[in-house]
Parts: sequence; C-alpha cells; structure tokens
Amino acid sequence: MPNALGLERTDYKGAPSTLCPGCGHDSISNQIISMAYDMSLPMHRVIKLSGIGCSSKTPAYFMGRSHAFNAVHGRMPSIATGATTANRDLIAIAVSGDGDTGSIGFGQFKHLVRRNVPMVYIIENNGVYGLTKGQFSATSDEGQRLKYYGLNELPSIDLCLEAIIGGATFVARSFSGDAKQVQTLLKAAVSHRGTAIIDIISPCVTFNNAPDSNKSYPYGKEHEIPLHEYDFIPAGYVQPYEEITADYEEGQTIDVEMHDGSRIRLKKLDKGHDPRSRHQAITILEQAQREQLFLTGLLYYEEPRQVLGETLQLTDTPLTDLPKEKLRPSKDTLDKLMQSFM
Amino acid sequence: MVVELQTNVQARYNGQSEPVVNDFTLMVATKNGSGSQTSNEVLIRSLFRMGIPVGAKNLFPSNIKGLPTWYSIRASKDGYVARRAVSEIAVAMNELTAAEDIQNLPPGGVCILPKEWKWGQRREDIVYYEVPVKETVAAAAVPADFRDRISNMVYVGVCAQLFSISLDIIRQALLDTFGGKEKPAMMNFGVVERAYNWAAENLEKVDPFRFEPMNETAGKILISGNEAAALGSLFGGMTVAAWYPITPSTSVIDGVLDYRHLRRDPDTGKETVAIVQAEDELAAVGMIIGAGWAGARALTATSGPGISLMAEFVGLAYFAEIPCVIWDITRTGPSTGLPTRTSQGDLLFLYTLSHGDTRHIVLLPASVGECFEFGWRAFDLADTIQTPVFVMSDLDLGMNIWMSDPFAYPEEPIKPGKVLRQEELEAFISEHGEWYRYKDYDSDGIAYRTLPGTDHPRAAYFTRGTGHNEKAAYSERSEDWVNNLIRLHNKFKTASELIPQPVTDYDASKSIGIITYGSNDPAVEEARDLLAADGLETNYLRIRALPLTQDVIDFVLNHKRVYIVENNFDGQMHQILRMEIPQDNRHMVSLALGDTLPMTAQWIQAQITRLERQPVQEK
Ligand SMILES: Cc1ncc(C[n+]2csc(CCOP(=O)(O)OP(=O)(O)O)c2C)c(N)n1
Ligand code: SF4
Ligand SMILES: [Mg+2]
Repeated sequence: MPNALGLERTDYKGAPSTLCPGCGHDSISNQIISMAYDMSLPMHRVIKLSGIGCSSKTPAYFMGRSHAFNAVHGRMPSIATGATTANRDLIAIAVSGDGDTGSIGFGQFKHLVRRNVPMVYIIENNGVYGLTKGQFSATSDEGQRLKYYGLNELPSIDLCLEAIIGGATFVARSFSGDAKQVQTLLKAAVSHRGTAIIDIISPCVTFNNAPDSNKSYPYGKEHEIPLHEYDFIPAGYVQPYEEITADYEEGQTIDVEMHDGSRIRLKKLDKGHDPRSRHQAITILEQAQREQLFLTGLLYYEEPRQVLGETLQLTDTPLTDLPKEKLRPSKDTLDKLMQSFM
Repeated sequence: MVVELQTNVQARYNGQSEPVVNDFTLMVATKNGSGSQTSNEVLIRSLFRMGIPVGAKNLFPSNIKGLPTWYSIRASKDGYVARRAVSEIAVAMNELTAAEDIQNLPPGGVCILPKEWKWGQRREDIVYYEVPVKETVAAAAVPADFRDRISNMVYVGVCAQLFSISLDIIRQALLDTFGGKEKPAMMNFGVVERAYNWAAENLEKVDPFRFEPMNETAGKILISGNEAAALGSLFGGMTVAAWYPITPSTSVIDGVLDYRHLRRDPDTGKETVAIVQAEDELAAVGMIIGAGWAGARALTATSGPGISLMAEFVGLAYFAEIPCVIWDITRTGPSTGLPTRTSQGDLLFLYTLSHGDTRHIVLLPASVGECFEFGWRAFDLADTIQTPVFVMSDLDLGMNIWMSDPFAYPEEPIKPGKVLRQEELEAFISEHGEWYRYKDYDSDGIAYRTLPGTDHPRAAYFTRGTGHNEKAAYSERSEDWVNNLIRLHNKFKTASELIPQPVTDYDASKSIGIITYGSNDPAVEEARDLLAADGLETNYLRIRALPLTQDVIDFVLNHKRVYIVENNFDGQMHQILRMEIPQDNRHMVSLALGDTLPMTAQWIQAQITRLERQPVQEK
C-alpha cells in the first residue's frame, strides 16, 4: 500500500545486508525502513550518517534514495553537526555502535547532545566490538569473560545516563528484537526537535561469547582466522542464527536468551515513569544498573530546547541555498572597509 | 658623570655621521600583558600616518602576563619590511631583560629606560636617555586603575620628542587605535603630551636617529594576515567556520566574529555564517567536512598540533572528495614546540597529510594581500577540485600587522564547481543516460557531485572512506581501487593549472636563482638588493601553491645554482623539489633557517655570499 508520498515500503529499502545472518543490527535497519515508510519521510531530505563498525555499515541497507555518509570511527557526530548546520532542512538519521559512541567517539557524542544538534542518533549496542572481532567495549558487562580477552573488570558505561547528564533532550532504550517498541521510539525520535538518542540493545550473534560458549571464538579458531582486525566478517565464520525477538508488555520484566546462551533482563517502563523528570530518569537508570537489567522505553524527554542552528541564529534559508549575493558583500562594502584600515 | 658620558657619544656622532632618517629599528621591551600592545600600535600607526614605510614584529611569550615581550618597529625609507636582527634603539621597560637588551644594541645605539631603576650608564658607546616614568604618570592625574597600563604612553611621548613625531600625529594615531573613541584616546594622550614636554625640556638629543614625513603610505592599509584571511573568507562566501582555539590561528576566527556582520542578512538580522567552537580539532575538521559535503563553504583555522589531530579526517575528505578549507597558521614544532614563535615547519606534513597515498593542495600566501585573496580563492578551488584545500600562513604573517595596498575585490564570481542541483541533474541524466558520483565525464579527473536535499530520485549516493568504484559503491576490486587513484592523480594535475601560479622575476643572463614561499618574501626581496649591490645578481621565483607547476621545474633547471630559502629546519620545500624534479637537481642548495624568528635579509645575503664567493667543492 502506498504511503502519503505514493511510495511503497520497498522504495525505502537499501542494498542487501552483508552482516551476519541474525545480527540484531539488521532488525533495526528493518524498523528504520518501516518507520520511514509509515511516516512518509521524504528520502531526498534524509541523510544517513554513521561512523565505523558493523553497526555503522547499516546505512547502506536502508533508504537507498537518501544521501549517506559513512565517516571515520567515532567521529560521525561532528559530520552530523556540520551537515545539519549547513542545511537545516535535512533530516539526519545516524547509526553508531557502542564502540563508536562509547569509546573513540565518546567526546563527540557528549558534545553533540550538549549542542542539541537536531537528529536521530541510534546506538546499536552489542556490548562488543563486532567489526574488529570481539573485543570488549565500554558497554560490556562488568564481570563478563571472553575466552581470548579474559575478564572485564571495568564497570560498563550506560550511554543513556551519559546522554541525559550531557544534556540530551530525548533519550530512549530498546531491544532490537522488540520491533513494536523500536518503531514507536524511532517515530517519536524523528518527530523530536533536537538530538534524539536511542540506545538499542542489539545482540552480536558472532562475538557475544559466554565463557563456556563453544560457538564463536573456538569456532573461529578452528577456521584459523588470525586474531587481528578485519573490516569484514569472513564467510563461513558465522553460523546462521535466528533473530532474537521479544514481545512484552509495559511494566513487564522478561529474560531473553542470547545466542551464546547468556541472558539479559529487560524491563519495559510503564506509566509510572515520568520521562520529563531528569532526576527520576537518572535514579531509575542507576537502580537498573545495580539490578543488572535494561530499562526500555522513553527514559527522558525535554520540552523542545533551542537546536544548534537557533543557537547560532542562522537564517531560515539553509546556508547551502543562500543566493550568491548573500555570500559576498558588495565592492562598495569592501572599499569602505579598506578606508577604515588606512 | 652622566653628562660626561653623553658628551663622549655625542663626540662620536659629531665626528662621524649624518642624521639617520627613516632607516632604523626601534625595539620596545616590556612585560607581556602590561598593555604595551596599545602604545606600540600607536607608534607604528604614527609612522604610517607620516607616510613612512613600516614593518612590525611582535616577539611575545607563551604566557598571559609577566614574561618578556619585544616589539620592534622598522622604519624603512626604501620600503623594506622584513625583520632586522639588529635594533638601533631599545626602549627598555622590562627590568628583567634590560641588561640583555642594552647588550644587544650596536655601537651608537640608543637606550631609553626608566630613571627610577637607577641603573647608571655602563656602555660608553651608546646613548642613554633616562625617563621618570612613574613621576610622569603620577603627575598626569590618571585614575589609579589605568596607571600601570598607561605608563607605556610615557615612552611614546619621549620617542615622539626625540625622534620627531608630532603630537598631532600621535593624537590621530591614538584615535585610530581606540577606534575613534575620544575618552580613552585623550586620557592616553594626556600622558604622551606630558612625557613629550618633559623630554623637550630635560633631554639633550645626541643621537642621529630621526623620523621625517614621507609620502609612501598614502592609500595603503595596515592589517594582520589573520584579519585579512578572515575578511577574504567572508568575501569568499564562507558559511560555516568551526574551530578550536590555538595560537597563532585564533585571530583568524576572531576576525570572522569581528566582521561577520558584513554578511548578516539585512532583512532578518540573522547570520549567514555559522561559527561553531568545537570540542577539539577532530571535531572542528569533522564539522567542516560534514558541512562541505552538504554544500556549505566551510573553513577551520588551526596550527600544527591541530593539524596532527585532523590527519585522519582529512584523508577521508581527500578520498571521498569533499571540499573544505583549512588554514594552518604555523608555529614552531615538533610537538607543542614554541607556540608563539614562527616557522614554516608544517609544509611537508600538509602536502601529504593522512595515511595512504594522499596529496593536497597547499596555498602559500606571502602577504596580507594574498591572505585576503587566498581567503576567497581557497573556497573556489576546494569546490572546483572537490578536495580539502590548505592555506599555510605563519605566525609572522598572521599575527603581525603589515602595510598593504587595499585589497582588490574578487575579480571572479563565486565558483560552486561541478554540483548538479535538481534540474542540472535531470539535464545531465538525459544527456548521459546516467550519473555516477565518481565517474570522470570530462577527463579532468573531477567528477560531478550532488548535494543532500536534492529533490531527485537519483541524486543520492553513498559517501565513504572505504574503497569505492565510480558508482560510489563499496568495492574491494583492485582495478576499482587503482582506477580511482589514477583519476585522483589526474585531478591533482588539473589542480596544478588552477592554483595560484608562481611569481617570477627572471632574466636569462643570470645564473643564480632564489626560490622561496610565504612570509620570507620581504626578506628575499631585500636580500636580492643587498646581493645585487655587492655584484651578485639573482633571479627569483616565489612558489604560491603546491602541487608544483612546470614553471617551478623550469626555473630550477634554468640556473647554475638555485637557493631554496625557507624558514624551517629540515628544508622541506627543498625536499619536495628534489622529490618532484626528476632531472639532475644537485645544483639546488637548501637555505633553511628555522631559528623560530622571522627571516632576515642579512641571513640570506650572508649565506649566498659565502657560498657564491667561496664555493664548496663541486661534486
Ligand atoms: C581510528 C580507528 N581505529 C580503529 C579502527 C578499527 N575499528 C573498526 S570498527 C571498530 C569497533 C566497532 O565497534 P562498535 O562501534 O561497537 O561496532 P559493532 O561492530 O560492534 O557494531 C574498531 C575498533 C578504525 N576503523 N579506526
Ligand atoms: S560480527 Fe556481530 S555485530 Fe558484526 S555483523 Fe556479525 S553479528 Fe552483527
Ligand atoms: Mg559494538
């Protein structure tokens, strides 16, 4: 059925994914496609931005008719800042990973939300570096053990907490297998004026190893893949997995089993949570951290605050569309100016 | 005792010399942050108003308050503005450096110092003028808060009296300096006048130095390179500036802030230039790349440490072919180096910045006029060639004030380059049956780009730093990789025809050539005159941009000996020339100074004279 722009859902698709079958990131791409189709997003105005990582590859897999920019690792926020400042009419949808955002790009992430750059910022959070084959990330669980890299003794960073503290105006968390919730949050995020952060737990089917898992590293070893960085996942390295899904109610807590047999616990926020309260959002996130569960839903929302372009008092016309006479003052202006230097 | 010594010196001058008019350097030594910037500016503006060619060098510390700073003002009836290593007159206002400042004076030099120091007059071969600084200020009934800063006006008054600058001129210069504000100008003037009168009554002039009005500055302007760069950028249609503060580049963006009102939309009062202070240089360059990709004319200004941080991102912009402009106001490196000393040490780094096979366009302005011109031209080049364009200025050019002809209005309209907006894209596709982002349709290496927001179903493409084919699709095929690099190479060749061409003074009868670039130009010009006066005639070529052009290569090959004069330690342009000129180039001689100070004519002259007169054994 065509949407308001007369486009079909397939029009919003991108190139076929080259991620591992069952990768949580692919579910998210699918939800982005559905959201864009449902909301009749004009694709020529959408820009898809990302850093580097498996997650950051995904802009190739949705909305093929939109301009995309696959930047350098962790530095997508500055690209987003520049592009949306240059052209205020663009709708920026960005995808990043937990390594991309939580480590190398942490500074840019914090400064992006502080500036309230208008955009949707999706973190596909698998608690691991997928593309470089399974190192700990800053969001890996404390106490998690990986065969090769040993025990993670460092506390994990909660990117939603960081976003709220950094001044973000829209902060949500979800799970890639919860299509309904992901979509709802994406729709809300696209409608938000300001930076909308959605941290989506997105299992890595290949490297999310439990200590006794015999499915990933050992499997890789058998195939004699040397343990240095690859920017692709070799064929045969991955066993086909089913996508993990979760369908649950507001207020409900569920355990979800990951591909490696480990479990995560999700709790969906209910009406008892007031997302306008920053204090409450911080409190419940800290509590959830102690209880080792992920709270999903809209955690924090702030009444529209001025976005960067407004802070900079820019013209209503996008800077990229200014007529030439607004780009160069007159000869008379220069001559007068020169007089003042004489 | 005092009088006796002065008489000695007077005797020397009486016996020896004519008055020295408009051909000497006056150096003021003060403490950083003491407010001497204003008084020095008043002096230089006064000379400028008298029609005397002037050059200024501010040698300041990396410090906010307290460390020594030296400001030298060169008056030159012949119009030379390069630094001179020697100053004939020292205004020693910093007790910590005074001994050295006095020591450095040439015989016959002049020292002006505060009387209250009670230093005495130890050197017999110079003239001392001791001035009651504190008393003069106290008598001027200045509000207590201003006393310290305004005390610098005492030396202005004394110098005016001793070296013949009229009070009227000083008053005008004060008004210029204070942007026409009467009140502060006149408060300062009160102190100047008092000091002037005191000097007239109490000092006996025994030195030969004097300023006399000329007519060499009429219609000229005084401006710093960084301010000129800011103006050039504003006239070049810049719409986004992102930056992170670093000496000596900060005043580029300060200039943009000062003059962005020229571009404010008169109808709405809103800005057409976005100025974003980034969290670091990684972000600053990312922002301008994002903006350039979206179709803005975007700029950042930085110095060496910032360039180091930008390296990765610049490689992406080069490979994904995104226009942006990066000003590097160089300072002395490696590392933090000397943040307030000048150098041309970033040249090689800029030329091939980032990993892998990269080459960049580097513009090399030599004057404030070129800072303005390259300010707007850099955007046209970046957009036309679709690549980052560096402009390498330096601390000397950027932060000092220079005399110049008024800047010429850009003679060419803004050139957006090969951008296909909606209708152009439609026309392009109906002509070619296709449009691919990285396909070389015109055989000049430059492809056509579209901007995000273009309302056309085929406008979109995928921008990436990973390997790609001409359709902008990810590709690991080696043919795709190689073809892309070949096209980038061809694009670079096209670029060499579009960049500012060298300025040459060539005469086939001369066998010695000098090549330089950037802010060394005034020193080289002066050195050529000195050499010629000594019988060594030289040709001259000033490189204004990289990549090198055929003219440069021809110039090198057409001489028996070519000196490459530059202000870095390693002789970086010399290295580039050796790399790019396949023919026998052993007749190139590197004259690389890199002593943290602006180039002097005397150094160049000494080097070339030595090598020409006692040639090293030919290999
Ligand atoms: C400057 C730089 N350092 C290191 C890398 C190598 N690298 C590529 S992706 C990646 C980690 C990606 O992790 P994440 O963002 O979590 O994405 P995922 O693959 O897990 O989706 C690293 C370290 C790089 N591309 N650039
Ligand atoms: S390695 Fe992990 S994150 Fe990367 S594509 Fe495979 S499953 Fe997804
Ligand atoms: Mg990850």
